[in-house]
Amino acid sequence: MSTPEIDIRIPTILRPYTGGEKSVQASGATLSAVIEDLERRFPGMGERLLEDGKLRRFVNVYLNDEDVRFIGSLDAVISSGDSLTILPAVAGGS
Amino acid sequence: MLSISQELVDAIWAHARADHPDEACGVIAGPIGSDKPTRFIPMRNAAMSPTFYEFDSIDLLKIYREMDDLDEEPIVIYHSHTSTEAHPSRTDIAYASEPSAHYVLVSTREELAGANEFRSFRIVDGVVTEEPVQIR
Repeated sequence: MSTPEIDIRIPTILRPYTGGEKSVQASGATLSAVIEDLERRFPGMGERLLEDGKLRRFVNVYLNDEDVRFIGSLDAVISSGDSLTILPAVAGGS
Repeated sequence: MLSISQELVDAIWAHARADHPDEACGVIAGPIGSDKPTRFIPMRNAAMSPTFYEFDSIDLLKIYREMDDLDEEPIVIYHSHTSTEAHPSRTDIAYASEPSAHYVLVSTREELAGANEFRSFRIVDGVVTEEPVQIR
């Protein structure tokens, strides 16, 4: 049984890791596994998404239309045909 | 340099004053590569704070998909400071993640007594550069 390969939308700020590509593929049965695969294909990407083994607070990851924080975060289950979108949070303070 | 219409400047001020004392925030989208702010998109500050702003994550997804569909990108990302000057803070710099955007700051702090502090900056790789604002 092979794990599904899915499309991942990459934000501008992470495109240096993907050679400028705004859409790439990676595979894994969970979000955690997909991120590991992303790191294998695009070294350095993993560290931009994870800190201390968890998703970074100000990086938003969406599985289809949902923020993964509400559907298990790194344990979110990935199915064939799913798509992931990564968007850095837009935030700041005084 | 940021080139922006008076109408859009007024829209940013109206939003900032309406949300004071919380920080107001939003985006002005424009055609990709045009560097021309065109479409005003005021956002909800999910942090609802006088010292912090954050776009709600689902709102953010919606506007990025919308911009994608319209071949737009965020030209201006604006927010207000409600008790400090209109200059990017360390937090603003740390979280700035759109290298091509013009980061607009306005200040609604009381001491200004109505004087308009509207400034624009580029924030790239942690470096802040102020730029002139040309109002069309």
